[in-house]
Amino acid sequence: MAAIAEDVLVEARPGGQSRWAALALVAPALLVLAHFAKALDLYGNDLAFTVEIVALSTLLIALIAIAIAGYLTLGEHPRAVALLRWLYRWPLFIPFVVAGQIMRTFLAKNGMLNHVLIGTGLIEPISAQSMLDWRGIVIAFVWKQAPFVTLLLAGAMASLERQHIEAARNLGAPRLRVLVDIVLPQVRGTLLVGLVLSFVTMLSVLSVPLMINPNSPTMITVDVAYRINTFADYAVANALCLLSLLLAAFGAAFYLRHAVRRVEAP
Amino acid sequence: MSAAGPSQGANSAPAEGSAAAKPQAWGDHASAAAPSLAARMLPNAVRALVLALLAFAIFGPLLNLVLWAFAEKWYFPNKLPLEYGFTFWQRVFSPRGNALGSLGTSIWIAVLTVALSLVVAVPAGYALGRLKLPWRGLILLAFLLPQAVPNLPVYVNIAQVFYRIGLAGTITGVVLVHASHGLVLAVWIASAAFASVDLSLEEAARNMGASAWTCFRTVTLPLAAPGLMASAIFVFLESVDEFTGTYFVGVPDVTTLPLLMFNASMGGNYQIASITALLLLVPSIGFMLVVERFLKADVLAMVGR
Repeated sequence: MAAIAEDVLVEARPGGQSRWAALALVAPALLVLAHFAKALDLYGNDLAFTVEIVALSTLLIALIAIAIAGYLTLGEHPRAVALLRWLYRWPLFIPFVVAGQIMRTFLAKNGMLNHVLIGTGLIEPISAQSMLDWRGIVIAFVWKQAPFVTLLLAGAMASLERQHIEAARNLGAPRLRVLVDIVLPQVRGTLLVGLVLSFVTMLSVLSVPLMINPNSPTMITVDVAYRINTFADYAVANALCLLSLLLAAFGAAFYLRHAVRRVEAP
Repeated sequence: MSAAGPSQGANSAPAEGSAAAKPQAWGDHASAAAPSLAARMLPNAVRALVLALLAFAIFGPLLNLVLWAFAEKWYFPNKLPLEYGFTFWQRVFSPRGNALGSLGTSIWIAVLTVALSLVVAVPAGYALGRLKLPWRGLILLAFLLPQAVPNLPVYVNIAQVFYRIGLAGTITGVVLVHASHGLVLAVWIASAAFASVDLSLEEAARNMGASAWTCFRTVTLPLAAPGLMASAIFVFLESVDEFTGTYFVGVPDVTTLPLLMFNASMGGNYQIASITALLLLVPSIGFMLVVERFLKADVLAMVGR
């Protein structure tokens, strides 16, 4: 398809040839396809890179949020629970652009992470490496976004009826079973909403990939900014935008289904 | 690195939890009530280790930022800055440093955004959270939809339109962009706040002869106030922290604090970037510390419903 569109454009540009005159009518449509073809051709890798990063981050956020919110709800060591509740929320409202700057220095080859790993003898100085690639983006996303999902999830868990949990605990069910079988099914909706919002948010964050990993392969948002700032090429930029909208629609479909169900059954 | 951490804690703790720490009414626990000292120490050690790792994962990056903010000289392979001082702070806050100007711009934009958002969100939130509206579901969906759409494509095209009508690079343009995002958040939280107000209190006021307006003014609004305050703070923070929209719409004349920080960082000036980042952290962390005073679990549970 891409090749055909390009051919047509190349042939149509000289004009004059009568047998291409009719194409003037369909040319706009083909032009649109050509922009998509160009976007996919230039940035197909980045699209896959974006999907992988955002999907992995969402998965890690889900696991961390469930673990922390679960311990906050079911933990029986009051001081550990209080400490965790105080601890987990620090990155909650830290803006992405600041998280990007923080991770840029923390994860660098001579950053604090490597110094601590070397200092504790976990790695040799020679094997210290910069994490400012896809790992850096994932770490920044998870660091920033996990407390948000945890806050929503812990709020939902706190408003559950305690009787079921107490009953299961009294009958001897281990806490992991209680979490998976009793608590999680009741807060699935909130978890889903938090994860979809995080998924979509991460999909359109520009600052973090720009600051941590601006070179190819990088995230779609960086490519969009590049097309606009360097070439004022709104056509390909918007083709990329539409592709990322399609990705978000995948997440939004879950979200809307959940929202509609809530709205229909108040 | 913290992925495995907390879940380990959740796994390992039950061994200790029900049997050792808590006296139970159930008979069969009595026989298991006195485990050896080592068996009791191990879960404690694991729990402490997990919490310590989590603390490092959260505070390590923040500490690194603070070090950079006060570092006069710091280069590879030194683990810590060679000299500490305030030279860069003086540069940031000097009249030529742009930081104070950017801070002022950021706060002014945020205040305008909050005002614009609340003017719409309070009536809309009340209507959506309380009244039996026709097509309530549809309206709510329309307000929720922007949350499920990445905002970068929106900003890119708004920027193009604004450029054509002369709003690009103006405070008004940036406020409109920030409000387009803040409004969603504000309506969302405001409707949750109004929905969580106990209906029977309103009915009691109405039964005692209060008019609808008096009832709203003296009962509903004060009870929903913490939630509305939360939504105002959320919108304020979102606006102060907003980067992408300002990046596209604000250029070249509107420089907010996040843009100043970004430019310093991309220019390789980590000290200036870190100091600006610390300035941005103050409201964020301040709100984090008090968020539950405004956003109670019952309101949180209503968010997204």
